[in-house]
Amino acid sequence: MSTRRDLTPRTLVLILVAILATGPFAPQWTVFLLTVALAKGLVVLGLMILLRCGLVSFGQALYYCIGAYAAGMLGRLFQVSGVFTLMLAGMVAAAAAGFVFGFLLARYRSIFFGLLSLAISMILYGLLVKTEALGSSDGFNLLPSTLFGVRPADTWVRYMVLAVAAAVAFVSTLLVHRYLRTPLGRLAPAIKDNEIRVEYMGASARHAIHVKYVIAAALAGLGGGLAATTVGHIDPEMAYWTTSGEFIFITILAGTGSVIAPFLGALIFGIIQSVAFDISPNTWQMVLGSSLLVVILFLPNGLWSLFTRRKAS
Amino acid sequence: MEQLLAVLIDGIIYSAWLFVAAVGLTLIYGVMKIVNVMHGSFYALGAYAAASITGALLAHGMAPYLSYAVLLGAALLVTVIVAPLIERGILRFMYAKDEVVILLITYALFLIFEDVIKLIWGVNPYFVAEPYGLLGSFDIGDLTYPYYNLILVGVAIVCGAGLYWMLGHTRTGKLLVAVIHDTEVSRAMGINVDRFYLLTFTFGSLLAAIGGAYTAPTVSVVPGLGVEVIVLSFAVVVIGGLGSLPGAALGAVIVGLVRSATIHYLPQAELFVIYLVMAMVLAFRPRGLFSLAEARKI
Repeated sequence: MSTRRDLTPRTLVLILVAILATGPFAPQWTVFLLTVALAKGLVVLGLMILLRCGLVSFGQALYYCIGAYAAGMLGRLFQVSGVFTLMLAGMVAAAAAGFVFGFLLARYRSIFFGLLSLAISMILYGLLVKTEALGSSDGFNLLPSTLFGVRPADTWVRYMVLAVAAAVAFVSTLLVHRYLRTPLGRLAPAIKDNEIRVEYMGASARHAIHVKYVIAAALAGLGGGLAATTVGHIDPEMAYWTTSGEFIFITILAGTGSVIAPFLGALIFGIIQSVAFDISPNTWQMVLGSSLLVVILFLPNGLWSLFTRRKAS
Repeated sequence: MEQLLAVLIDGIIYSAWLFVAAVGLTLIYGVMKIVNVMHGSFYALGAYAAASITGALLAHGMAPYLSYAVLLGAALLVTVIVAPLIERGILRFMYAKDEVVILLITYALFLIFEDVIKLIWGVNPYFVAEPYGLLGSFDIGDLTYPYYNLILVGVAIVCGAGLYWMLGHTRTGKLLVAVIHDTEVSRAMGINVDRFYLLTFTFGSLLAAIGGAYTAPTVSVVPGLGVEVIVLSFAVVVIGGLGSLPGAALGAVIVGLVRSATIHYLPQAELFVIYLVMAMVLAFRPRGLFSLAEARKI
């Protein structure tokens, strides 16, 4: 273990300040891109925690979608439109669901963990597509966002959502960073390497995975609630397997080297996606697929390993 | 009674389709331990090749009855070109990697092929309805079924029986079973495992392409065709047990009957029931209905 000082909290503060300071001057579309990247980054942060134990969930869209629909329902039934409240609602709903499903999924490993989570998320998709009260496959729109009951001028709405998102992401990331350094957090690579030895040490791998699973679900719910308020529209596609695939894509792209990596990965993903889509709408998936291949082949530890490799030399 | 019969017939037809679409996935997993997301791409490739080639030949005055053979030929053509390229060019360098990593690689390839298909065939839909309408239809009670559906059932039976015969009763099949059980020992015994991987991948993908080709006349062939097939075949194969041939058949029959029953009695539950069955099977028999216990490795 290195004795170097932990630079992560300082970097996070810098990034937060940079986002808050430049946000008001940035064009609206970059603010939108950044907010969506934060939403996806939160989901990917959860996937990263699971990936550190060697678990790949092919159904994280489940919690993303639960978060989004929890936020949407709150607006629909009680006319709630506060960004912060909606994100929190998404988180609580997703964490509760994650707690319940965690009892089942914590027993599964490798491909079976992925397939079972895929099945569960597809169940939700199947339910939502046929639920007419929630708009079936079209979904429904959300109310315009407010913050603590205040509705800012139209030009400021996006910045406000971004600011709240950045603050929430900052706090969650810092907490996850702390968590990864606790004994329970440090169990992850051990579980990945050899689960039976973890049990010999007296730790319960199943319990550790359950805890991580709930954290990942909560983060995905947070991201889902944020995505719902940012985009202003939700539909069942949020639970479809391609959405989960996108999250895994970003996770692999980013790597598990740091808690900042998921957000960087999500931002790069957003940029690749929108630039490729702009230049040639019929080949953007090809660009994404090729970048994923290149990353898996040449940077098996993700883009973040570019930074650490430089430090080591 | 009438409705029960309809459930049964629809269920059988749908099961046949599912079986052809999914059985290649279980074959590839059984031999190579790859959960192949690209399976959906081969399904789509088969459908596109079949629709465009058959359509073009029919327009040039081919005898309509030949189209059933052309569908098969198109699937064969596209797979023989693409599958070996993928296996020799990319996948064979990946076998040392983790199962999940290989899954992600096939996912990347799937994304790439979604666009390759658009580049080759464009984004407009293709139709070849001739083979579907050609044979006419038959009545059972008040219900009318096109004879074409029987072809689909026939294709499923031929594929299933053919695979079963090949694995159990031919030299190649028996060697393949040895590879399935232990790759390293097979290699030590002088079996050319690489060649079997190539064969398996091509043959498994061919089955997906055949599934796509024979579905093409019944639908409009549009981009995104393979996306849903992937999860459905996953469900079928997982229910039966990854890597098990009778498992895939059982999975297809279960999913087929359950889906047609829900469509007739409870249409709102149509999609979600399939995945509910998949989740239940995984919850109670994680390795599927047809599976042997695997020793825990330390």
